[in-house]
Amino acid sequence: MSRAVSSEDTRSEAERPGPKPAPVPEGSRPVSVKIQRFNPEFDDEPHWETFEVPALPTDRVLNLLHYVKWYLDGTLAFRRSCAHGVCGSDAVQINGINRLACKVLLKDMLAAGKQTTITVAPIKGLPVQKDLCVDMEPFFEAFKAVKPYLIAYGNEPSRERIQSPADRERFDDTTKCILCAACTTSCPVYWADGSYFGPAAIVNAHRFIFDSRDQGAEERLDILNDVDGVWRCRTTFNCTDACPRGIQVTKAIQEVKRALLFKRV
Amino acid sequence: MSTESMALDKPRSPRRPAARRSNFELHSWVFMRISGVLLVILVLGHLFIMNILDGGVHRINFAFVAGRWSSPFWQFWDLSMLWLAQLHGTNGVRTIINDYARKDTTRFWLKIVLYTSMVLIVAVGTFVIFTFDPNIPAD
Repeated sequence: MSRAVSSEDTRSEAERPGPKPAPVPEGSRPVSVKIQRFNPEFDDEPHWETFEVPALPTDRVLNLLHYVKWYLDGTLAFRRSCAHGVCGSDAVQINGINRLACKVLLKDMLAAGKQTTITVAPIKGLPVQKDLCVDMEPFFEAFKAVKPYLIAYGNEPSRERIQSPADRERFDDTTKCILCAACTTSCPVYWADGSYFGPAAIVNAHRFIFDSRDQGAEERLDILNDVDGVWRCRTTFNCTDACPRGIQVTKAIQEVKRALLFKRV
Repeated sequence: MSTESMALDKPRSPRRPAARRSNFELHSWVFMRISGVLLVILVLGHLFIMNILDGGVHRINFAFVAGRWSSPFWQFWDLSMLWLAQLHGTNGVRTIINDYARKDTTRFWLKIVLYTSMVLIVAVGTFVIFTFDPNIPAD
Protein backbone atom coordinates (compact mmCIF):
# COMPACT_ATOMS: atom_id res chain seq x y z
CA MET A 1 0.00 0.00 0.00
CA SER A 2 2.59 2.52 1.07
CA ARG A 3 4.88 1.52 -1.82
CA ALA A 4 2.15 2.32 -4.40
CA VAL A 5 1.80 5.83 -2.96
CA SER A 6 5.50 6.52 -2.74
CA SER A 7 6.21 5.25 -6.29
CA GLU A 8 3.82 7.79 -7.77
CA ASP A 9 4.65 10.68 -5.45
CA THR A 10 8.33 11.45 -5.74
CA ARG A 11 8.18 14.69 -3.76
CA SER A 12 9.76 14.75 -0.31
CA GLU A 13 7.55 14.66 2.78
CA ALA A 14 7.71 18.42 3.37
CA GLU A 15 6.56 19.23 -0.20
CA ARG A 16 3.54 16.93 -0.17
CA PRO A 17 0.17 18.72 0.18
CA GLY A 18 -2.17 18.18 3.12
CA PRO A 19 -1.54 18.27 6.88
CA LYS A 20 1.91 17.39 8.07
CA PRO A 21 2.15 14.16 10.04
CA ALA A 22 2.64 14.58 13.73
CA PRO A 23 6.35 14.43 14.58
CA VAL A 24 7.65 11.49 16.56
CA PRO A 25 10.83 12.50 18.42
CA GLU A 26 13.74 10.09 18.57
CA GLY A 27 13.80 7.96 21.70
CA SER A 28 10.14 8.58 22.49
CA ARG A 29 7.64 5.92 23.41
CA PRO A 30 3.86 6.00 22.95
CA VAL A 31 1.77 6.95 25.96
CA SER A 32 -2.03 6.95 26.24
CA VAL A 33 -3.27 10.30 27.45
CA LYS A 34 -6.85 10.01 28.69
CA ILE A 35 -8.38 13.47 28.93
CA GLN A 36 -11.75 14.46 30.33
CA ARG A 37 -13.47 16.49 27.61
CA PHE A 38 -16.47 18.76 27.87
CA ASN A 39 -17.77 21.22 25.31
CA PRO A 40 -20.71 23.20 26.74
CA GLU A 41 -22.09 23.84 23.23
CA PHE A 42 -22.59 20.16 22.40
CA ASP A 43 -22.16 18.01 25.52
CA ASP A 44 -24.52 17.47 28.41
CA GLU A 45 -21.94 15.55 30.41
CA PRO A 46 -18.15 15.32 30.37
CA HIS A 47 -16.65 12.25 28.68
CA TRP A 48 -13.19 10.72 28.31
CA GLU A 49 -11.07 10.76 25.15
CA THR A 50 -7.79 8.91 24.74
CA PHE A 51 -4.89 10.10 22.56
CA GLU A 52 -1.71 8.23 21.68
CA VAL A 53 1.16 10.62 22.22
CA PRO A 54 4.91 9.96 21.75
CA ALA A 55 6.57 10.93 25.00
CA LEU A 56 10.15 11.44 26.09
CA PRO A 57 11.21 10.84 29.71
CA THR A 58 12.23 14.51 29.84
CA ASP A 59 8.73 15.67 28.83
CA ARG A 60 6.27 17.09 31.30
CA VAL A 61 2.54 16.32 31.23
CA LEU A 62 2.05 19.83 29.82
CA ASN A 63 4.10 18.79 26.77
CA LEU A 64 1.67 15.94 26.16
CA LEU A 65 -1.27 18.35 26.34
CA HIS A 66 0.54 20.66 23.87
CA TYR A 67 1.14 17.71 21.56
CA VAL A 68 -2.54 16.82 21.61
CA LYS A 69 -3.59 20.40 20.96
CA TRP A 70 -0.99 21.17 18.28
CA TYR A 71 -1.02 17.91 16.30
CA LEU A 72 -4.02 15.73 17.20
CA ASP A 73 -7.03 17.80 18.27
CA GLY A 74 -6.90 21.59 18.19
CA THR A 75 -10.20 21.90 20.04
CA LEU A 76 -8.66 20.81 23.36
CA ALA A 77 -8.91 23.65 25.86
CA PHE A 78 -6.57 24.07 28.83
CA ARG A 79 -4.86 26.96 30.62
CA ARG A 80 -1.17 27.55 30.86
CA SER A 81 0.90 30.66 30.93
CA CYS A 82 4.50 30.50 32.08
CA ALA A 83 4.76 26.70 31.83
CA HIS A 84 7.45 26.69 34.52
CA GLY A 85 5.53 26.25 37.77
CA VAL A 86 5.35 29.93 38.70
CA CYS A 87 2.09 31.34 37.34
CA GLY A 88 -0.21 28.60 38.64
CA SER A 89 -2.46 28.43 35.57
CA ASP A 90 -2.27 24.76 34.72
CA ALA A 91 -3.43 22.99 37.88
CA VAL A 92 -5.18 19.80 36.73
CA GLN A 93 -5.94 16.41 38.18
CA ILE A 94 -3.28 14.00 36.90
CA ASN A 95 -3.98 10.34 37.67
CA GLY A 96 -6.43 11.53 40.31
CA ILE A 97 -4.02 13.86 42.11
CA ASN A 98 -3.97 17.65 41.81
CA ARG A 99 -0.72 18.78 40.20
CA LEU A 100 0.63 21.49 37.93
CA ALA A 101 0.87 19.90 34.48
CA CYS A 102 4.15 21.79 33.92
CA LYS A 103 5.82 20.27 36.99
CA VAL A 104 5.09 16.55 36.52
CA LEU A 105 7.90 14.79 34.67
CA LEU A 106 7.13 11.84 32.40
CA LYS A 107 10.14 9.87 33.67
CA ASP A 108 8.29 9.59 36.98
CA MET A 109 5.15 8.27 35.30
CA LEU A 110 6.37 5.87 32.59
CA ALA A 111 5.68 2.28 33.62
CA ALA A 112 8.61 0.03 32.80
CA GLY A 113 7.94 -2.39 29.95
CA LYS A 114 4.21 -1.78 29.53
CA GLN A 115 1.79 0.76 28.09
CA THR A 116 1.43 3.86 30.27
CA THR A 117 -1.92 5.61 30.61
CA ILE A 118 -2.03 9.10 32.07
CA THR A 119 -5.44 10.52 32.97
CA VAL A 120 -5.90 14.26 32.98
CA ALA A 121 -9.09 15.83 34.37
CA PRO A 122 -10.05 19.35 35.42
CA ILE A 123 -9.65 20.20 39.12
CA LYS A 124 -12.76 19.24 41.10
CA GLY A 125 -15.17 21.48 42.96
CA LEU A 126 -15.20 24.39 40.51
CA PRO A 127 -17.61 24.52 37.52
CA VAL A 128 -16.03 23.23 34.29
CA GLN A 129 -16.19 25.76 31.44
CA LYS A 130 -14.58 23.66 28.72
CA ASP A 131 -12.35 20.57 28.84
CA LEU A 132 -9.70 21.37 31.47
CA CYS A 133 -10.72 24.99 32.07
CA VAL A 134 -12.73 25.68 35.20
CA ASP A 135 -14.44 28.84 36.46
CA MET A 136 -11.98 30.21 39.03
CA GLU A 137 -14.29 33.01 40.21
CA PRO A 138 -15.65 31.21 43.35
CA PHE A 139 -12.04 30.48 44.31
CA PHE A 140 -10.98 34.12 43.94
CA GLU A 141 -14.12 35.28 45.75
CA ALA A 142 -13.04 33.30 48.85
CA PHE A 143 -9.52 34.69 48.44
CA LYS A 144 -10.75 38.30 48.35
CA ALA A 145 -13.09 37.73 51.30
CA VAL A 146 -10.15 37.22 53.71
CA LYS A 147 -8.67 40.66 52.83
CA PRO A 148 -5.33 39.48 51.43
CA TYR A 149 -3.57 42.84 51.56
CA LEU A 150 -1.69 44.86 54.17
CA ILE A 151 -4.00 46.64 56.60
CA ALA A 152 -2.33 49.38 58.67
CA TYR A 153 -4.01 52.10 60.68
CA GLY A 154 -2.70 55.41 61.95
CA ASN A 155 -0.28 57.69 60.21
CA GLU A 156 1.80 56.44 57.36
CA PRO A 157 5.35 55.84 58.60
CA SER A 158 8.05 58.12 57.26
CA ARG A 159 10.50 55.21 57.05
CA GLU A 160 10.32 51.70 55.67
CA ARG A 161 8.33 49.25 57.83
CA ILE A 162 11.15 47.27 59.41
CA GLN A 163 10.72 43.58 60.23
CA SER A 164 13.13 41.20 61.97
CA PRO A 165 14.11 37.94 60.24
CA ALA A 166 12.42 36.03 63.09
CA ASP A 167 9.13 37.90 62.54
CA ARG A 168 9.36 37.32 58.81
CA GLU A 169 10.03 33.62 59.35
CA ARG A 170 6.58 33.14 60.93
CA PHE A 171 4.70 33.56 57.65
CA ASP A 172 7.50 32.77 55.19
CA ASP A 173 5.92 29.49 54.11
CA THR A 174 2.58 31.03 53.18
CA THR A 175 4.13 33.78 51.01
CA LYS A 176 4.92 31.08 48.46
CA CYS A 177 1.30 30.63 47.32
CA ILE A 178 0.70 31.10 43.57
CA LEU A 179 -3.12 30.76 43.74
CA CYS A 180 -3.24 27.73 41.44
CA ALA A 181 -6.22 26.30 43.41
CA ALA A 182 -4.66 22.82 43.61
CA CYS A 183 -5.14 22.73 47.39
CA THR A 184 -8.67 24.12 47.56
CA THR A 185 -9.90 21.76 44.84
CA SER A 186 -8.33 18.74 46.59
CA CYS A 187 -10.27 19.46 49.80
CA PRO A 188 -13.24 17.11 50.41
CA VAL A 189 -15.01 19.77 52.48
CA TYR A 190 -14.73 22.20 49.56
CA TRP A 191 -16.08 19.56 47.13
CA ALA A 192 -19.09 18.98 49.35
CA ASP A 193 -19.84 22.60 50.13
CA GLY A 194 -18.29 25.44 48.13
CA SER A 195 -19.09 28.01 50.80
CA TYR A 196 -16.06 26.83 52.84
CA PHE A 197 -13.24 29.35 52.39
CA GLY A 198 -10.86 26.58 51.41
CA PRO A 199 -7.15 26.08 52.11
CA ALA A 200 -5.83 28.69 49.68
CA ALA A 201 -7.86 31.54 51.19
CA ILE A 202 -6.76 30.51 54.71
CA VAL A 203 -3.12 30.33 53.57
CA ASN A 204 -3.36 33.88 52.22
CA ALA A 205 -5.06 35.08 55.39
CA HIS A 206 -2.27 33.40 57.39
CA ARG A 207 0.30 35.32 55.34
CA PHE A 208 -1.06 38.62 56.73
CA ILE A 209 -2.37 37.51 60.15
CA PHE A 210 1.16 36.58 61.25
CA ASP A 211 2.84 39.58 59.58
CA SER A 212 4.17 41.88 62.32
CA ARG A 213 3.57 44.96 60.07
CA ASP A 214 -0.11 44.17 59.57
CA GLN A 215 -2.90 45.34 61.90
CA GLY A 216 -5.86 43.54 60.39
CA ALA A 217 -5.31 40.18 62.11
CA GLU A 218 -8.43 40.49 64.23
CA GLU A 219 -10.71 41.22 61.25
CA ARG A 220 -9.38 38.22 59.35
CA LEU A 221 -9.57 35.96 62.39
CA ASP A 222 -13.20 36.99 62.87
CA ILE A 223 -13.94 36.06 59.26
CA LEU A 224 -12.21 32.68 59.64
CA ASN A 225 -13.91 31.98 62.99
CA ASP A 226 -17.33 31.80 61.31
CA VAL A 227 -19.24 28.74 60.01
CA ASP A 228 -17.34 28.66 56.71
CA GLY A 229 -13.95 29.26 58.30
CA VAL A 230 -11.12 27.16 59.71
CA TRP A 231 -13.31 24.99 61.95
CA ARG A 232 -14.58 23.12 58.90
CA CYS A 233 -11.09 21.81 58.24
CA ARG A 234 -10.89 18.03 58.92
CA THR A 235 -7.09 17.84 58.66
CA THR A 236 -7.10 15.33 55.81
CA PHE A 237 -3.80 16.79 54.53
CA ASN A 238 -4.99 16.64 50.89
CA CYS A 239 -4.06 20.31 50.55
CA THR A 240 -0.51 19.87 51.83
CA ASP A 241 -0.13 16.91 49.49
CA ALA A 242 -1.44 18.87 46.49
CA CYS A 243 0.53 22.10 46.91
CA PRO A 244 3.06 22.45 44.04
CA ARG A 245 5.05 24.96 46.11
CA GLY A 246 5.41 22.61 49.07
CA ILE A 247 3.53 24.89 51.46
CA GLN A 248 2.57 23.16 54.72
CA VAL A 249 -1.06 24.15 54.15
CA THR A 250 -2.64 22.06 56.91
CA LYS A 251 -0.06 23.39 59.37
CA ALA A 252 -0.95 26.97 58.39
CA ILE A 253 -4.64 26.22 58.98
CA GLN A 254 -3.78 24.73 62.38
CA GLU A 255 -1.81 27.87 63.27
CA VAL A 256 -4.85 30.00 62.50
CA LYS A 257 -6.98 27.68 64.68
CA ARG A 258 -4.47 28.01 67.48
CA ALA A 259 -4.46 31.82 67.19
CA LEU A 260 -8.26 31.77 67.53
CA LEU A 261 -8.23 29.26 70.36
CA PHE A 262 -5.70 31.10 72.53
CA LYS A 263 -6.64 34.60 71.28
CA ARG A 264 -3.01 35.22 70.51
CA VAL A 265 -1.32 35.84 67.18
CA MET B 1 -3.66 55.85 52.44
CA SER B 2 -6.76 55.28 54.52
CA THR B 3 -9.14 56.17 51.68
CA GLU B 4 -7.21 53.84 49.40
CA SER B 5 -7.55 50.94 51.78
CA MET B 6 -11.27 51.72 52.05
CA ALA B 7 -11.55 51.46 48.27
CA LEU B 8 -9.70 48.16 48.26
CA ASP B 9 -12.03 46.62 50.81
CA LYS B 10 -14.56 44.30 49.15
CA PRO B 11 -13.50 45.13 45.58
CA ARG B 12 -16.30 43.18 43.88
CA SER B 13 -18.91 43.20 46.64
CA PRO B 14 -18.56 39.58 47.77
CA ARG B 15 -21.61 37.38 48.07
CA ARG B 16 -20.64 36.37 51.59
CA PRO B 17 -22.51 37.74 54.59
CA ALA B 18 -20.39 39.62 57.14
CA ALA B 19 -18.75 37.55 59.87
CA ARG B 20 -21.11 36.99 62.78
CA ARG B 21 -18.44 37.39 65.45
CA SER B 22 -19.71 34.26 67.17
CA ASN B 23 -17.46 31.71 68.85
CA PHE B 24 -19.97 28.87 68.44
CA GLU B 25 -17.93 26.96 65.86
CA LEU B 26 -14.78 27.35 67.97
CA HIS B 27 -16.54 26.04 71.08
CA SER B 28 -18.09 23.11 69.27
CA TRP B 29 -14.66 22.23 67.85
CA VAL B 30 -13.11 22.29 71.33
CA PHE B 31 -16.04 20.34 72.76
CA MET B 32 -15.54 17.59 70.15
CA ARG B 33 -11.92 17.12 71.23
CA ILE B 34 -12.56 17.12 74.98
CA SER B 35 -15.70 14.97 74.85
CA GLY B 36 -13.90 12.58 72.50
CA VAL B 37 -11.11 11.99 75.01
CA LEU B 38 -13.58 11.59 77.89
CA LEU B 39 -15.72 9.19 75.85
CA VAL B 40 -12.72 6.97 75.12
CA ILE B 41 -12.30 6.46 78.88
CA LEU B 42 -16.01 6.22 79.69
CA VAL B 43 -17.01 3.92 76.82
CA LEU B 44 -14.00 1.60 77.00
CA GLY B 45 -14.46 1.37 80.77
CA HIS B 46 -18.13 0.61 80.29
CA LEU B 47 -17.43 -2.06 77.68
CA PHE B 48 -14.77 -3.63 79.87
CA ILE B 49 -17.08 -3.84 82.91
CA MET B 50 -20.05 -5.09 80.91
CA ASN B 51 -18.36 -7.58 78.58
CA ILE B 52 -15.11 -8.80 80.11
CA LEU B 53 -14.97 -8.41 83.88
CA ASP B 54 -16.40 -11.21 86.08
CA GLY B 55 -17.98 -13.43 83.44
CA GLY B 56 -19.01 -10.58 81.14
CA VAL B 57 -22.47 -10.32 79.62
CA HIS B 58 -23.72 -13.56 81.20
CA ARG B 59 -24.00 -12.06 84.67
CA ILE B 60 -25.95 -8.98 83.51
CA ASN B 61 -29.54 -9.05 84.70
CA PHE B 62 -32.02 -6.74 86.41
CA ALA B 63 -30.33 -7.16 89.78
CA PHE B 64 -26.90 -6.30 88.33
CA VAL B 65 -28.19 -3.07 86.79
CA ALA B 66 -30.16 -2.22 89.92
CA GLY B 67 -27.08 -2.80 92.04
CA ARG B 68 -24.93 -0.55 89.89
CA TRP B 69 -27.44 2.27 89.75
CA SER B 70 -27.80 2.30 93.52
CA SER B 71 -24.33 3.89 93.58
CA PRO B 72 -24.14 7.61 92.69
CA PHE B 73 -20.77 6.95 91.07
CA TRP B 74 -22.19 4.66 88.38
CA GLN B 75 -25.22 6.90 87.99
CA PHE B 76 -22.86 9.78 87.25
CA TRP B 77 -20.74 7.59 84.93
CA ASP B 78 -23.75 6.53 82.88
CA LEU B 79 -25.26 10.00 82.89
CA SER B 80 -22.09 11.67 81.63
CA MET B 81 -21.64 8.93 79.03
CA LEU B 82 -25.19 9.49 77.79
CA TRP B 83 -24.89 13.27 77.60
CA LEU B 84 -21.40 13.37 76.11
CA ALA B 85 -22.14 10.67 73.52
CA GLN B 86 -25.38 12.37 72.49
CA LEU B 87 -23.89 15.84 72.22
CA HIS B 88 -20.72 14.57 70.54
CA GLY B 89 -22.67 12.49 68.05
CA THR B 90 -25.20 15.23 67.37
CA ASN B 91 -22.48 17.77 66.75
CA GLY B 92 -20.76 15.35 64.37
CA VAL B 93 -23.94 14.74 62.40
CA ARG B 94 -24.64 18.50 62.41
CA THR B 95 -21.25 19.02 60.72
CA ILE B 96 -22.04 16.36 58.14
CA ILE B 97 -25.44 17.94 57.44
CA ASN B 98 -23.75 21.33 57.02
CA ASP B 99 -21.32 19.76 54.56
CA TYR B 100 -23.67 17.71 52.43
CA ALA B 101 -27.13 19.31 52.51
CA ARG B 102 -27.43 21.30 49.30
CA LYS B 103 -30.60 23.27 50.00
CA ASP B 104 -31.32 25.42 53.04
CA THR B 105 -34.71 23.75 53.57
CA THR B 106 -33.15 20.25 53.51
CA ARG B 107 -30.54 21.43 55.97
CA PHE B 108 -33.17 22.95 58.25
CA TRP B 109 -35.41 19.86 58.39
CA LEU B 110 -32.54 17.40 58.81
CA LYS B 111 -31.34 19.45 61.76
CA ILE B 112 -34.84 19.56 63.27
CA VAL B 113 -35.02 15.74 63.09
CA LEU B 114 -31.52 15.48 64.57
CA TYR B 115 -32.09 17.85 67.47
CA THR B 116 -35.50 16.37 68.30
CA SER B 117 -34.10 12.85 68.47
CA MET B 118 -31.20 14.05 70.61
CA VAL B 119 -33.43 15.86 73.08
CA LEU B 120 -35.77 12.85 73.32
CA ILE B 121 -33.01 10.33 73.94
CA VAL B 122 -31.19 12.52 76.46
CA ALA B 123 -34.45 13.28 78.30
CA VAL B 124 -35.62 9.66 78.47
CA GLY B 125 -32.14 8.41 79.46
CA THR B 126 -31.70 11.02 82.18
CA PHE B 127 -35.19 10.34 83.47
CA VAL B 128 -34.51 6.60 83.75
CA ILE B 129 -31.16 7.03 85.48
CA PHE B 130 -32.61 9.34 88.15
CA THR B 131 -35.98 7.67 88.71
CA PHE B 132 -34.92 4.04 88.41
CA ASP B 133 -36.85 1.97 90.91
CA PRO B 134 -35.12 -1.30 91.86
CA ASN B 135 -38.30 -2.58 93.52
CA ILE B 136 -40.47 -3.02 90.42
CA PRO B 137 -42.33 -6.29 91.01
CA ALA B 138 -41.26 -8.90 88.45
CA ASP B 139 -44.26 -10.31 86.56
